[in-house]
Amino acid sequence: MSFTPSTRRVFALADVNSMYASCEEVFRPDLRGKPVVVLSNNDGCVIAQNRLAKEHLDIYMARPWFEIKDAATKLGAVVFSSNYELYANMSNRFATIVSRYSPKMEKYSIDEVFLEMTGMPGNLTDYGQAIKQDVKDSIGLPICVGIGYSKTLAKLANHCAKKQAHWQGVCDLTQLSQTELDQMLAALPVSKVWGVGHRLEAKLNKLGVHTVLRLKNADPKRIRDAFGVVLERTVKELNGEVLIEMEYTLPEAKQVMSSRSFGQRASTLEALSQAIAFHAGVAAERMRTKALYANGVFVFIMNSPHDQAQYYANSLSMGFPSPTNSTPKIIRAALWLLKKIYRPGVYYQKCGVMMLDTVSNKALQSDLFGFSHDDPKSQALMEVMDKINMKYAKGTIKVAAEAGVQTWRMQRHYLSQNYTGSWRELLTVR
Amino acid sequence: MQHVIPICQQPSVVLIPFFEGKVRAGQSRFASAAQDYEMKALDLNELLITDPPATFIVQVAKEADSMIDAGIFPGSKLIVNKALGPKAKSSNIVIAIVDGEFVVKRLYKRLKVVRLLSENKAKAYPPIEFSEGQELVIWGVVQHVIHSFD
Repeated sequence: MSFTPSTRRVFALADVNSMYASCEEVFRPDLRGKPVVVLSNNDGCVIAQNRLAKEHLDIYMARPWFEIKDAATKLGAVVFSSNYELYANMSNRFATIVSRYSPKMEKYSIDEVFLEMTGMPGNLTDYGQAIKQDVKDSIGLPICVGIGYSKTLAKLANHCAKKQAHWQGVCDLTQLSQTELDQMLAALPVSKVWGVGHRLEAKLNKLGVHTVLRLKNADPKRIRDAFGVVLERTVKELNGEVLIEMEYTLPEAKQVMSSRSFGQRASTLEALSQAIAFHAGVAAERMRTKALYANGVFVFIMNSPHDQAQYYANSLSMGFPSPTNSTPKIIRAALWLLKKIYRPGVYYQKCGVMMLDTVSNKALQSDLFGFSHDDPKSQALMEVMDKINMKYAKGTIKVAAEAGVQTWRMQRHYLSQNYTGSWRELLTVR
Repeated sequence: MQHVIPICQQPSVVLIPFFEGKVRAGQSRFASAAQDYEMKALDLNELLITDPPATFIVQVAKEADSMIDAGIFPGSKLIVNKALGPKAKSSNIVIAIVDGEFVVKRLYKRLKVVRLLSENKAKAYPPIEFSEGQELVIWGVVQHVIHSFD
């Protein structure tokens, strides 16, 4: 396949370094030079750490906190519970800043944004440095940028930008000659490729594929026969063919979803109902702050594909007779859906609620001549509820199904302030 | 646990309606009278926040009175543009980091002299001097102060 330089697709991946720990550091200059550790829901496991903690503590992903608590304390590490409110706010700021650099942007995760750079004039490395500097100046978060001819290559480049100091945070594979690129890929283990996990790595190693270069040079057809189309696609992407497109299915402002992994696996319908009601409540409130109304709701529950037990994931959605953002209505619908997909005996790892086909206030009113089935009483109730929750701690007032003592409710003993989301928790200056 | 909560009646976002009159020489036949007075709401965000993703709101500590002559009082809320921090100019009011703590001060820069100045004539807090090679981290530039009379 041949490409003319001007039309060849180019992608960049901007990724925040140690996102959670970095967010805490923005508001805590006294953390400078100290190891920082962030714990998962319920303070169970370590899910993030800064460079110092990584160097001095024997941390692997999701290592139980109690195992390293003593060592961390001795080292003078500062520990935090996950402050999702803060991380989400900083994540949105990050995406907003990065989106200024390309009309085509995909928010891939809380700390990763893809940009399409096709046809951008000038030196892309400089462009990447400018993005990096802007994010650092504007919100204090350190990022790395990877640039390549496919999303898979951009992701790989980002890994190199992070791990290899000489790139100075921006690794642009499009600047390299074919020989230089191959040399680089020959030095990278195949596990660094997007989508190649431990199991796949072991299988590939058995076949003698240890490096990224070997995978890149593998025969796509043979790969498909042995591993399926997903890895075949990866091989083609490593060769600069674009098979994974940018995804902008839902406009950022209109995407309303609430989901979370369980701190402790949940298996009873009660436990799941509480969690689903919680997420429905969060999603409904978020819609009201954005003046959005949903035409439907989507509920999903799943255990982990890595479980010994059989993998079970299911989801179901329903439409509303008229658009709504009322908490009780959405919770009722979500719980009804949950009952339909719930299967006993499964230890669920994650569940969530997504609002479907959201419309803005205006759109709603222009529909049906301003007629809405949402009665004004329910609307007023919602407003009062939101105001109280905004003024006091989040979740002070809830609809009955959300209340109670639950195993899924997060324990957050080491929670930092909600600097960006609560008038009572602002950063203090002297 | 039971909470007794006073219900606050004030809305959290106040949109102040105002009428924007448009002067027209002639009246088109189909224009309604209301069209000449399109209602628009004043939004304080529009006035106070020029760079939303880089803007943070911070609060002055209760006992902090070092900037009262600049109109910054204990408990005041400050609207801070973080992006301007690295480009802060002399005479800007800045949020700086001194010994791992956040302070609000007037920045003074001339030649090689860098100082953070307080503004409280009554108490005469000494300036914080930065000698050459000493790093001064400016976290952001204060753009507005919100002080409530209550």
